[in-house]
Amino acid sequence: MPAPERAYFFATCLIDLLYPKAGLAGMQLIRRAGVEVIFPEDQTCCGQPAFNSGYRDEALAVARAQLACFRRDIPVVVPSGSCAGMIKAHWPELFAGQPDEAQALAVAARTYELTEFLVDVLDIQLADLGEPVKIAVHTSCSARREMGVADCIQTLLAQLDKVEVLTQDREAECCGFGGTFAVKQADIAGAMVKDKTDALRATGAERVISQDCGCLMNIGGAFEHQGDGPATQHVAEFLLERTS
Amino acid sequence: MNQTREFHHRIDDALHNDQLRSNFRSAMTGVMERRAQQFPDDDQLQALREQAQAVRANSLVKQPELLERLEQKLTENGIQVHWAEGSEQANAIIHGILEAAGAKTVVKGKSMVSEETELNQYLEQRGIQIIESDLGEYIIQLAKEPPSHIVMPAVHKNRFEVAELFREFHPDIPYTEDVDELTQTARQVLRTRFANADAGVSGVNFAVAETGTLCLVENEGNGRLSTTAPRLHIAITGIEKVVEKLSDVPPLLEILTKSATGQPITTYFNMISRPRQPNELDGPEAVHLVLLDNGRSRIRVDEELLDTLRCIRCGACINHCPVYVQLGGHAYGTVYPGPIGIALEPQRLGLDQAGTLTSACTMCGACAEVCPVKIPLPKLINRLRAESVNEQRTTTPLSGRGSLRKPSEATIWKLWSRLNSHPRLYRMFTFAATRLRWLTPGKLGAWTRYRSAPRPARQSLHDLARKEGFSNE
Repeated sequence: MPAPERAYFFATCLIDLLYPKAGLAGMQLIRRAGVEVIFPEDQTCCGQPAFNSGYRDEALAVARAQLACFRRDIPVVVPSGSCAGMIKAHWPELFAGQPDEAQALAVAARTYELTEFLVDVLDIQLADLGEPVKIAVHTSCSARREMGVADCIQTLLAQLDKVEVLTQDREAECCGFGGTFAVKQADIAGAMVKDKTDALRATGAERVISQDCGCLMNIGGAFEHQGDGPATQHVAEFLLERTS
Repeated sequence: MNQTREFHHRIDDALHNDQLRSNFRSAMTGVMERRAQQFPDDDQLQALREQAQAVRANSLVKQPELLERLEQKLTENGIQVHWAEGSEQANAIIHGILEAAGAKTVVKGKSMVSEETELNQYLEQRGIQIIESDLGEYIIQLAKEPPSHIVMPAVHKNRFEVAELFREFHPDIPYTEDVDELTQTARQVLRTRFANADAGVSGVNFAVAETGTLCLVENEGNGRLSTTAPRLHIAITGIEKVVEKLSDVPPLLEILTKSATGQPITTYFNMISRPRQPNELDGPEAVHLVLLDNGRSRIRVDEELLDTLRCIRCGACINHCPVYVQLGGHAYGTVYPGPIGIALEPQRLGLDQAGTLTSACTMCGACAEVCPVKIPLPKLINRLRAESVNEQRTTTPLSGRGSLRKPSEATIWKLWSRLNSHPRLYRMFTFAATRLRWLTPGKLGAWTRYRSAPRPARQSLHDLARKEGFSNE
C-alpha cells in the first residue's frame, strides 16, 4: 500500500500511563515521515487484560468503546505487538455475532504494529547519528508469532550503522510476562524472567530494546530489582534518539 | 479451592528443585534442537503440517463412521474389539480378558491411555504382575512415579539418578553411570521377562479403518516384543486415534517422529493386522483392542474444542513450552502435562477439577507454532479460561463451567471494564495516577518479589499528545 496521508495512533493503556515517551516517539517517527498522526482522545485499552483472563464480556465492552475512535478508513498504528495482536487476531473472535462485528473487523484489517508500519507501509529510511552502541533485542511473543513481524525491528536496527545487535541464548523464549500470568503465576513468571535477564545480561549489551512495553516492564523491572543489568528501552524511543 | 492450592504447592516444589529444573532445561534444549534439524525447509514443514492437520480433521469429522468400519475390519481380521466408556470399564475389560486367558504376568509397552485409566494399579491390585518394557517407563515404574512427559516418561531423571535406582533394584549388576551400560542392563533384565510373560499390553498410535490395522511407533523394540512374544496381546487406545485410510499414515508418521524426538523415523514401526495364523510361526494367538472414550465424545461436540482431539501425542508443544521447562511434568498433577495437558485435562476431568491449569500459560504461542497438526492451543486455553469463570454462550457439555469464578476477581474486572469503556472516567483516572504518582506503592504483591514496581509517568501520552499538537480526530 502507498504511504497514507494520515494514520491513527493507538497508544495502549500501558504506554499511556507508564511509558508515554515511547508512544510519543512512535508518533514523532511517523509524523517525521510525512504522515499526519491522529491521536483520538477517547482511546483507552484494546481489552486484552480481561480477554486473556477469561472475562470476555468485560473485554468486549472496552474493545467496543474504541471503535468510535478509529472510524475513518486510515491505518491504526499500535506501538505494541501484543495489543496489535489483540485487535487483529482476537477482536474478530470477541466481536463474533455482535451487531458491530463488521466495524471491528474493519479496524482489525487496518491495524499495524508500529515497526511493521514503519517498514512495510512507510519503508522508512534511517540515518544513524548516535555513538557506537551494543544492544540486544527482545522480540515479544505476540510480535513474533501472532503478528509475524519479528523481522521488522531487525530491518530497522540494521539501518543504524553504529548499532551492533547481539543475540542472546534462547532468543525466541517468552520472558514470562504474559499479562495477568505474571500475577497469577508469579513464581513461574519470576523463574522465567530470571532466565531471560541472565541470557540478556550475558550478551554484554548496553541496552535491551523491544517492541512491547509489557516485556520491557517485566525485563527492565527485573534488572532493576536485581540491581544490575542493561537499560531497557522501547524501539520507538531508541530509533528516534539515534536519528535526531 | 483445594485443587488450586495443591497446584501451587507442586509449582513451589518444582521451582525449588534445581536438579529437576536443570534436567528439564538440558533435555528440552536437546530435543528442540533435534526437531529443528529435521525441518530445515520451512515451506516443506508448513506443507506437511497442513497435510497432517487435514488428515486428522477428516478423521474427526467422520469419526463415528470410521469407528464402525474399524470395528468391522478388525473383526474380519480376527482382532476382538471392545468399547469402554470410562477408565473403570476399560480396566475391567482388560482384567476380564487376562483372567479368561489365565494370564498372571503382563509385559507392557508405553501407553498414555493406560496412564489415563491407571491400568497398572488396577491390575496389580488384582494380583497381576506388570512389567513396563519401555526403558523410560521401566525407570519410573521402579521409582513408583507417574510419567513426567508423554513421550519421554523419565525425562525428569538424569543418568546418576537412574544409576541409583538400578543399584537399588538390581544389586547383582555392577554399578554404572554410563548411559549405554544402563540401557544394556535394562535390556537384559527386560528380555528375560518378555519370554515368560503371559500377555502383552500396548497402546496404538494410529488405527486404520480401511484395513483394520493398528500402528505402533517405538524405538526400543519393546513394542514389537510386547505385541508378538506373549500368546495374548491387548491394545488400548482412545477413540480419536482412528484414521480413514492406510495412505493417511505416512504423513502422520513422518511429522510425528520428527516433531517428537527429532528422528526422521523411529527404529521400529509396527503394523498389527491380525493374530497368528495357522501357517505362521509366531505372533499372539489372540489380539484385542479396547477403544476408550473417557470424555472424548463430549469434547468432539464443541466445534472449537474439537481441535484438541487432533493431537497425535508427539509432545512438541510440551518440549517448546517455556512454563513446562521451568516446572517439569509432575507439577501439573495430571496425566498429560504442558500445553496439550492444559487444553485437554480440564475438558476431560472438568474445569472444577483441572481448570486451574489454564493459569500456567503465558499465551506465548510457542506450542501452536510447532504443533504438527496445528492445534490452536492458546486459543483453546483462552476459551477454557473464559468457560471456567463464566459460562460462554455455547451448548458445549463441558463440566464445571463457571466453577473458578471468584467474586473479588469478577468485581475487579467489572470495575476495570467500566473505567476503560468510559473515556471521561479513564482520563480522570490517568490524571489522578500521574499527578499522584508519588503515592504509587513500592511493593506490588508478587510482582515486586522479582521486579521493581512500575510507576506512572508525570504526564500521560494523552497529555503529551495534546501538548505536542497532535490532532484529536
